[in-house]
Amino acid sequence: MSLGHRSDHSVLLDVRNLAVSYGKVRALSGINLTLRRGEIATVIGPNGAGKTTLLSALMGLLPLAAGEVVFLAQPASSREVESLVRQGMTLVPEKRELFGDMSVEDNLLLGAFDRYRAGHRDQLETMEEVFALFPRLEERREQMAATLSGGERQMLAMGRALMAKPKLLMLDEPSLGLAPMIIRDIFRVIAELKASGVAILLVEQNARIALQVADYGYVLETGEISLEGTSDTLLNDPRVIASYLGLGKPEN
Amino acid sequence: MDLQVFLLLGQDGIINGAIYALLALALVLVFAVTRVIFIPQGEFVAYGALTLAALQAGKIPGTIWLLVAMGVLTTLIEGARLAKARQLRRLPIFALTHIGLPVAGATLLWLVPPTNLPLAAMIVISMLIVVPLGPMLYRVAFQPLASAPVLVLLIVAVAVHLAMIGLGLLFFGAEGSRTSPFTEISFDIADAPVQGQTLLVVLSSAVLIAALYLFFERTLYGKALRATAMNRVGARLMGISASVAGRLTFTLAAAIGVFSGVLVAPITTIYYDSGFLIGLKGFVGAIIGGLVSYPVAALGALLVGLLESYSSFWASAFKEVIVFTLIIPVLLWRSLNARHIESDEE
Repeated sequence: MSLGHRSDHSVLLDVRNLAVSYGKVRALSGINLTLRRGEIATVIGPNGAGKTTLLSALMGLLPLAAGEVVFLAQPASSREVESLVRQGMTLVPEKRELFGDMSVEDNLLLGAFDRYRAGHRDQLETMEEVFALFPRLEERREQMAATLSGGERQMLAMGRALMAKPKLLMLDEPSLGLAPMIIRDIFRVIAELKASGVAILLVEQNARIALQVADYGYVLETGEISLEGTSDTLLNDPRVIASYLGLGKPEN
Repeated sequence: MDLQVFLLLGQDGIINGAIYALLALALVLVFAVTRVIFIPQGEFVAYGALTLAALQAGKIPGTIWLLVAMGVLTTLIEGARLAKARQLRRLPIFALTHIGLPVAGATLLWLVPPTNLPLAAMIVISMLIVVPLGPMLYRVAFQPLASAPVLVLLIVAVAVHLAMIGLGLLFFGAEGSRTSPFTEISFDIADAPVQGQTLLVVLSSAVLIAALYLFFERTLYGKALRATAMNRVGARLMGISASVAGRLTFTLAAAIGVFSGVLVAPITTIYYDSGFLIGLKGFVGAIIGGLVSYPVAALGALLVGLLESYSSFWASAFKEVIVFTLIIPVLLWRSLNARHIESDEE
């Protein structure tokens, strides 16, 4: 099955046997993961399992110790962050990494920096689309990013990533530290984005809400994928229920 | 001291302060974006002034050979990187801009010695020769060390400074030069003669500072540089690579340095090593701004200029001592007042 992916044009991202190390410590090993166009896949798992490491490695922020990442059916010629951004990959990091002393509008415009550099001049239209998804950002347009609330910061981080018109949007813990109402709002947008055709790789600790929006899920535990399947399968899997959905006692 | 002397000294102080302010801004910019304390900033002042002086004297400035040599060196380094990344097809264009253009410029200077060109054209030629050295210097000396600690970058900056001083001696000799003034106009304000040159320097500095402000506030590239200074990871995720930001920053810093050199050349005799002291005074201004605040750095540099000018009247032997001693109370005051800024935004 995995050999067939190369010729399968619906596959956007194909990760094979990926491993990442911090010095001598292996943080991830033997990761296989596939994401098709317009699909949402989620990686769930406990704290410290390597979820953020996985996204950082895919985005080129960390070097691969082994394995291969095939994006758009081409083996990457360069794993530099900047060239991956150019190819249509984008990451909303767990820490959001906003430009605190700049206005919401400037943060968004910088999201389109690479498109601007490549000669596109449609950032104002794209910004209107982002404002349509997150009306709150339009209200806060002139405000400095550092003064935003947690939810607004997450919206800005996502909006800024969308300004690049990505083919693959990677979200690291978008629900982290947010109130339930805001989380619902963010996930409503994630579902809307799916309809617009962008593929999403969603890393979440909040397994229930992640599996509700995703098509396919992976469970990452101590650096390895311990379980994978369609969201419905995982939602009904006793191990997932016990460990991540909180309806039973944790496994021993 | 009567009013006339007071005003004259003030005029002197402001003129120097304006130059120091430009350099202070360049130093803050380079540090914010690349974390390099750019000691060779002053050398760009001297190179700019002396290149212009050489052109006016009808000589071919030695800096053009440096440009050719740096172009070759940059191309070799970039070529090695491209070969490793299997992107050699990009090399011809790179070689054309980095070796072809300097060689063409050198040939042109050699064939048509620029003796009777108008001053403005000579200034443009000086900028074209010296400014590209900035980004090339970044590519050769600093880009490979982009993730090195500040101290390592500082040591490299000192090394570059020493190398540039030595090359300056080689190119321009130990003799100082002064260029012809831009204007001979002079008039009196409150019985103190004001030279047109003074006004020109202050005005040009103000225009350049305003232009920099517009660049950083209004253009996407300016914002990208600020973004890199604010949050390196965030900027990379937007596709703003550290090397693009570094190149742009060093180009700006070199341009500011050369421009300052052109402004200062008719006022003071510039020697191959004069740049260091000028740059260091800009650095004092930048320190007053804590290497982060542009307006405070500019005001601090102005203060340095005035202090220098008045202390040269009362205690001229100690004027440098007084200026550099200023750093101690400033650092003390800053360390007592500084808020502790968390590097992490969250």
